This record gives sequence, structure tokens and C-alpha cells, in this order.
Amino acid sequence: MRSYFVKRLLLMIPTLLGISLVSFLIIHLTPGDPALLKLGDTEQRSGNQLLAAQIIDETRALYGLDQPLHVQYLRWLRRLVTFDFGESLRDHRPIIDKLRERIPVSVRLSGISLLFAYLISIPIGIRSATHPHSIGDRITTVLLFGLYSLPNFWIATMAIVYLGGGDFWRVFPVYGLASPNAAAWPWWQRLEDQLWHLVLPITCLTYYTLAVLSRYMRVGMIEIIRQDFIRTARAKGLGERIVVYRHALRNSLIPIVTLMADLLPALIGGSIVVETLFSIPGMGSLSYEAVYTRDYPLLMGIFTLSAFLTLLGILLADLLYTLVDPRIRYEKSAAA
Amino acid sequence: MKRAQRPEGYWQIVSRQFRNNRVATAGLIVVLLLFILAASADFIANDKPLVMSYRSEIYFPVLKDYAAWLGVSRWEAPFQNVSFKDFAAMNFKQGDWAQFPPVRYSPNEVSLTSVLRPPSAQHFLGTDDIGRDIASRVVHGSRVSLSVGFVAVSIYVLIGVVIGAFAGYYGGIVDIVASRAIEIMLTIPTFFLIITVVAFLPPSILNIMIVIGITNWPTVARLTRGEFLKTKSLEYVVAAQALGASDFRTIFRHILPNSMAPVFVAATFGVASAILIESTLSFLGFGVPPSKPSWGSILSNARQLLPSGWWLTVFPGLAIFLTVTSYNLVGEGLRDAADPRLKG
Repeated sequence: MRSYFVKRLLLMIPTLLGISLVSFLIIHLTPGDPALLKLGDTEQRSGNQLLAAQIIDETRALYGLDQPLHVQYLRWLRRLVTFDFGESLRDHRPIIDKLRERIPVSVRLSGISLLFAYLISIPIGIRSATHPHSIGDRITTVLLFGLYSLPNFWIATMAIVYLGGGDFWRVFPVYGLASPNAAAWPWWQRLEDQLWHLVLPITCLTYYTLAVLSRYMRVGMIEIIRQDFIRTARAKGLGERIVVYRHALRNSLIPIVTLMADLLPALIGGSIVVETLFSIPGMGSLSYEAVYTRDYPLLMGIFTLSAFLTLLGILLADLLYTLVDPRIRYEKSAAA
Repeated sequence: MKRAQRPEGYWQIVSRQFRNNRVATAGLIVVLLLFILAASADFIANDKPLVMSYRSEIYFPVLKDYAAWLGVSRWEAPFQNVSFKDFAAMNFKQGDWAQFPPVRYSPNEVSLTSVLRPPSAQHFLGTDDIGRDIASRVVHGSRVSLSVGFVAVSIYVLIGVVIGAFAGYYGGIVDIVASRAIEIMLTIPTFFLIITVVAFLPPSILNIMIVIGITNWPTVARLTRGEFLKTKSLEYVVAAQALGASDFRTIFRHILPNSMAPVFVAATFGVASAILIESTLSFLGFGVPPSKPSWGSILSNARQLLPSGWWLTVFPGLAIFLTVTSYNLVGEGLRDAADPRLKG
């Protein structure tokens, strides 16, 4: 078991190198010069072509953008090993600091959303699976299918237009995570204010995951209920409750528990659309800003971090499999 | 004498199963209708008449537009760069008439006298902040969504099938390299990658198609590889090889047609997600150029206007929802028909 995971961890190294190379190349080979972009307004203001050209050259030298690509890549890679992602081109702050202040926001937001998704989808899935093809099951299936195809930027826009501001209702705040003057309020008022701010973004983040999880839960549960050991449990006279909640539920949780590993990158990566629309300072809106301002070091930092988390998620999924399902062993497949 | 009936082929069974599924069939019909809508957008929403009679001569201005665009024909002097609606109002005499399309506005026709109008008999779905007709923009927007969905998925199915087929068929070093590449691509955050590349390229539909196409092939490659691993040692493959079929022929004539079912299913769901990606990109402002109406960009415009009209958010969103749902329904139906064991 341990040797398998050590092997897996070692195999992550070439994959990570590949990822860093791919992301480096994609970002550097696409047109759009950050030095030019950064100084675009300086040039306009000064009107002095020569001065502008000089500033551009200096900026390029400062960030190493004048070096050949492979030198830039190796330099970046060396710093990467020490978790030094470099400095942002925009405000010269270390990337790692930027990530550090944005990650908790996304983790909190996505964490709450995940919690809700699991809390709601598991009972829905059980109910649908134990009463398959009933009217209730059909209605939830159709509703979930609908949720599954709803674009989240549409839902977020509608929420902002109809519930947040404008000429309809003004029920929920649509900007940030707290009211601007909240710092002076007593704690219960601050808490209420924060919860109020979370309602719309959490809803927009949750409904899709909810739909996916419920569908998995239903299918998994139906599959389990058809199996022999459930028939045995019923045959020996156990009550339906015990059969469903003790015997069937445990086994049908396996696929959706391991799905959590798939959701890990999203947990930290945040949602580009939802965070940007609701002006929430998390990783999603940071990604959007990085793309918008062509902040190469920041982009590469986010890229590498997300890819690393995805790899970790895949590993975690395998680990979770063995934990929740003792029938799965990796020794044999690793030896083969 | 009646010929002995041939046994039903695999795809015949799939098609029969699919037709038995009423919901999936409805989804397919909606998809086909949407394609017809996109193909005939100029005949449904246009500021030029379909047919008109002027000084007892018959003209077909919409068709003429195509001909002029192809360089086959050119506009007659009185009609060059005119608004046909003004032309009809000013020059039409007794006996002249014009038959306009159901929506009498072209998607980029600006009208500052009818700004932010709610849906009415003139503007079926209302107008936006510079007086463009939403119905016309939604109809023409279908072209962007459907073509991006179709072309992007075709690109990545092509790449994925070829890579997956070679990896599965040859195994060994080919498989190792391909599998590493698949793993690397699968760990890269796709949407972030797409946004980054698209933001750095000049806005164009073709760029979006290509970027979605080259970032999404790994899933298809993995599926195809799996199918090839399953199939390559089956008797009919060995028989083909024994008969001297080349590798190329064995892969593409014999194994591939029998391995396409899961790929088709994945492709159908893929079209739905490609449409979602395109509309999200346009919504975030990284997508299609402003001259092209797209469902995502109509919505983006609506978000920037607060307070804005409900018709600006509801209709383009419904269009996306309808299209994506239909594709997903077709995908579900296809999956159930291709492999009834997977039915939930």
C-alpha cells in the first residue's frame, strides 16, 4: 500500500514538469506583450516614443522577458521548486502572498457550497432510488436534469438583475462578502450581514454540483439495491430502514465520496464566473484579473497551483477508494 | 420469394432503441430545428424583404445579398446601401409591395428611437440599449453557438480518436507517451487554459473553436484507447490481420467502426459543454467579436445595464438552456440506446 503511493508520488514529478512546460509555452507563445501592455498608458501620456521604448526595454530586462524562452523557463522552474512564484507584473507584490490572501476566501465559499451540495443531494438520491419511477422520482429527475443544463452565468446574472439591484427587488446584496461599513457593527450584525451576502453566490455555486451528486447518488444506490447482499439482508427479516441506511447507504456512498477529490481543485480554484460577477476576492476572480491584465507570473502561479491540486485530487481519490472500499487493493495492480 | 432477412445491425438496434425513447427523440428534433433556424437565420430575421415588387418588377433582396456576397451579382443602382424599410416608405407607389421576414430587423441594426423597448408586436423580444432587436440577435446568435459546438467537438473527436486508436492498438512506447500526454492535459484546468489563450488571441469564432478543440481531446482519446484495448485481440481483428490487412486498414476499417459508440455519446455531451464554454467566454467578454451577435454577449450586455429590462436576460439565457438541454437529452438517449446496461 505504502510503496504504491510512494510510486504514485514519484510519477507525479514528470507529469508536473510536463504541466509546467505546457503552461509556460502556452502563456509565452500567445501574442500580447505584458511590457507593452503595462506601458501602454505611459506612452500615451508622455507622447515620447523614445522614452516609452526605453521604459519597455527596462521593464523587459527587469522581469527577464528579454531572455530566450528556455532561459526564462529554467529560471522560473528553479524558483518554482522553492515555491517562489515571482512577483506580479501589476503591483510588484509576491505572487505567493496574493495566492495566500485569496485562497481562504475561495475555500470558505466552495466549502460551504460543497457541504450544502452533499447535505441535500444524499437524501434526494436515497429517496429517488428507494422509490424509483414514482412521481416524486420523476419530478426530481427532470428538475435535476434542468439544473444540470443551466448556465451559471445566466443564473447569476438573473439573480443580480432581479434580486439584487436594479428596478426589480432589492433583497440581497450583490457586491463582495460584507457591507462596506460592517467593521463597526456588533458581531451578530456582522454575521447576519455576511450570511446575507453569501446567499446568492452560494446558490449559484451549489446547484450544479447538487444536480451531479444527486444523479450519481441515485444511480449508485439503485445499483446497490439490486445486489444479492441487499436481498439477503431483506430475506433475513431486517427492517427496510436498516437495509437502506445501514447496508445500502454505506456502499452507495463510495462513488460520491471519491467524487470529492474531483471537487478539490474547484474548492481552491474558486469559480471564475461566480466570483467575478459577485465581486468576491477569491481565486476565481484573481484568475480573471490575471488573464485580463496579462500578468504572466501570476497566471503561471495559478496554473501550476491548480494543476498540482488536480494531481493531488486524483491521488486522493485513489486513497479514498481504498479507505471506503476495503475490497480495492492496489498492491496487485501495482505489481502487475 | 422473399430474401432471408438480414439480422439487425448494431446501429439499427441503437437507432430503434433511441426512437423508442420519446424524450430523447424530442431533444433530437429540437436540435434539428435549431440547425434549420441557424441555417436560415437570414430568411427569418433580416431588414431586407424576402420578396418585393417595385415598378412591376420582382426582386429577391435576401437572396440577392448572398449573390452579391459571392460576387455573382451586384446590387442595382437604386438599392445600393439603402435601408429597404425607408426605401419602401419613400418610393413605393400603388402596386409596389414588399414581403419582409417574420422578424424585420437585422441583428446589428441600431435604432436610437426605440431603445430598451419591452417585447411588442414590432419587437417580439424587445430591444437593447442601442435599439437592436433582441429576437433578431437571438436568431442569429444560434449560428455562433451551434457552429462552435459542432466544429470544436469535431476537432477534438478527430484528434482524440487518432491518438487513442494508435495508443490502444500499438501499445508499448506509443501508449506510454500518449497516456502521459493525456494525463498532463487532464490535470490542466481546462476552462482557465481556454480563457487564457482566447483572451490573448484576437477575438474570432474560429479561435474559440480551435482552442476548445485542442484542449478537450484527452477524454475522447482515453475512451478510444480503452475500446481499442478491449477490441484488438478479438477474433475478427485477428482474422483481418491474418488476411493481410494493413495496420491502417485494421484500425480504421475494422476496429474503429465498432468502437465509436462511447465516443459518439461523449461527443454529444461535449457539444452541450462546448456551447456552454463559448457562451461563458462571450459573456466574460473574451469570446466572439462584437460584430457577431452571440447569446453570451447579449447576456453580458444585459448585466452591464442596471436597471435593465427583463427581456434582455431571459431570452438569450432560455436559448442557451434549450440548446444545452436538448443536446444533453440526445446524449442520454444515445447512451441508453448504445448500452442499455448503463441505464439508471
